[in-house]
Amino acid sequence: MAADSTPALVQSATSDGGPTPVGPSSAARGPRARNTKAYLQYAATKIVGAAVSLFAVLVTSFFLFRLIPSDPVKQMTGGRRVSEQQLENLRHQFGLDQPMWKQFTSYIGDALTGDFGMSYQFHTPVIDKITDALPATLLLTGTAYVLYSALGIWLGTRTAWRNGSRSDRFNTAFALTLYSVPSFWLGLLLIIVFAVGVGPIPGMFPTGGLESGGESGFAYVIDVAHHLVLPVITLVAVGYAQTLLVMRSSLLDEMGSDYLTTARAKGLRDDVVRRKHAVPNAMLPTFTLMFVNLGQVVAGQILVETVFSWPGLGGLFYQALSVPDLPLVQGLFFVFATAVILANTLADILYPLLDPRVGR
Amino acid sequence: MTTTTPASASARSLARARKRQSLARFWRSYRAHKGGLWGLGLLLLIALVAILAPVLVGADAQSVTSAPGGPLEGPSAEFPLGTDQFGRSVLALLVYGARVSLTVGLLAAFLCVAIGTVIGIVAGHFRGWYATVLMRVTDWFLVMPTLVLAIALATVMDRSMWTVIIAIGVTTWPTTARLVRAQTLAVESRPYIERARALGGGHGHVMTRHVLPNVMPLVLAQTTMIISSAILTEATLAFLGLSDPTITSWGGMLQDAREAGAVSAGDWWYLAPPGIAIAVVALSFTLCGRAIESVLNPKLGVRS
Repeated sequence: MAADSTPALVQSATSDGGPTPVGPSSAARGPRARNTKAYLQYAATKIVGAAVSLFAVLVTSFFLFRLIPSDPVKQMTGGRRVSEQQLENLRHQFGLDQPMWKQFTSYIGDALTGDFGMSYQFHTPVIDKITDALPATLLLTGTAYVLYSALGIWLGTRTAWRNGSRSDRFNTAFALTLYSVPSFWLGLLLIIVFAVGVGPIPGMFPTGGLESGGESGFAYVIDVAHHLVLPVITLVAVGYAQTLLVMRSSLLDEMGSDYLTTARAKGLRDDVVRRKHAVPNAMLPTFTLMFVNLGQVVAGQILVETVFSWPGLGGLFYQALSVPDLPLVQGLFFVFATAVILANTLADILYPLLDPRVGR
Repeated sequence: MTTTTPASASARSLARARKRQSLARFWRSYRAHKGGLWGLGLLLLIALVAILAPVLVGADAQSVTSAPGGPLEGPSAEFPLGTDQFGRSVLALLVYGARVSLTVGLLAAFLCVAIGTVIGIVAGHFRGWYATVLMRVTDWFLVMPTLVLAIALATVMDRSMWTVIIAIGVTTWPTTARLVRAQTLAVESRPYIERARALGGGHGHVMTRHVLPNVMPLVLAQTTMIISSAILTEATLAFLGLSDPTITSWGGMLQDAREAGAVSAGDWWYLAPPGIAIAVVALSFTLCGRAIESVLNPKLGVRS
């Protein structure tokens, strides 16, 4: 299969993902086989595209952090007084005295094996810091992701179905407002109101961090859940709005369609028309958004993690910025971009399965 | 070009009258959108406050040395929003912050739209490998996480307001470029472009005289949305300490407040106003953008 799909792959890559020309041999296999083959070619094109993008990210991250700063060593020492000899030693230690092309090839080679160098501030390999922080980010943003996607789809469906009603207008206005609020500010306010306490409201949640320490077993789970409440609320509040608005507008687009009138004319109940006919057709733009957001799950919500001192990738990014710890910034930049590219590729590949009109 | 024969003068005045008419028609439909009117009104008010800042609160309101109050005082008659850790009036800082937020938002959006429009029109007008390369570059920028790239750029450049503007502009143009390219392709398939070419119009003529005016309305609607997200991004970068620390911006005020311990002390009056200000301005631009969009294309929903 792989062997005979190669020439067609090149063809479809040059025709920019358009309708793939189908040879006589695959037509003989019947429509189903032809569709499968066309789909596999389409998927392969997307995967090759993702690989090219990843390589481009790698190249960019090298040049972004190597060429724009006038002198990385000066940045590294952060304006502290250091002798010329020490600067030379640092340059040698980080390979900055090598010719640029040599630095470039060794950077690419190292990065492909997961080696992003040593962190300036922690003196440990960058990759170790990243793998240590990843689970905390996945826990926080993963929880928030599931909650705000579900909430956004549910509310978006409801508001569109009752378009123009008082609850629609209120929900849309509320979502637009939350969409304009900076997430870190909302986090700060929640800390003041529910962690520090204002007036009659006592502080009932921790101000930050992942755990209080010293707990184990079930008590530990409860403790972490307690720490999760405020950051998750922040992320959900800011995140659900976009899903709601997209879901609402795509369902509104569907609502005038003839097939819904037909479904109603058949005597189907209103909620059956909505669940079985309108919503599945309106889901496509929402799926796109959900995959874009899926990439952000790894990027973490940098600001929210910073505000809540969450020990994840976003918090690590902030720590790296304030030094600035260039190898760490560079490694995180690569990881974040990779996550987004992979999520987008996944969306591209799943798209034709969700909607037969696309990609065939 | 600048001939002043009676015929061309009347043609020009005709064109002017037509433009006036279409503007009047635009305003009539815009007026029907209550949200858009609210947004526009709020923006005019905030712009006025920003312009009149030195008159309203005095030019030395940002000075740390001549601060009038004690550190971190609560709201009072003299300081309606309290004071910061240096004893400066939070209200006065808020008024000055409007200048930075609006300036950065407008300039970054302008930069973004300029890059996006040029690349979009060129990629849509020309065929061949360089158009393909342009679109590949655009696609690549499109998949990059915008905020992460902006933060990385701001980290490696010097701390200044211009860095923030450049970082936002350079990372947000691809959406505009895609939109403009799609619109360019639609415009260029119309017969009058063929007529212009047949009459000897070159690439530059077609792009600037025919494609650009037809693309601009859509770009305008998108610009208001871009300003809104640029203002949010500026606040974010300032909060991370990646902007010029010597200028007062709303994001910078939030960072100052956090560093002064306003969060753990529960000094809500120092934290609430800058965030509300950011949200109000961002919301106003979004409302205007939605209204313009639905006037230009009533069938168009809200895009992500």
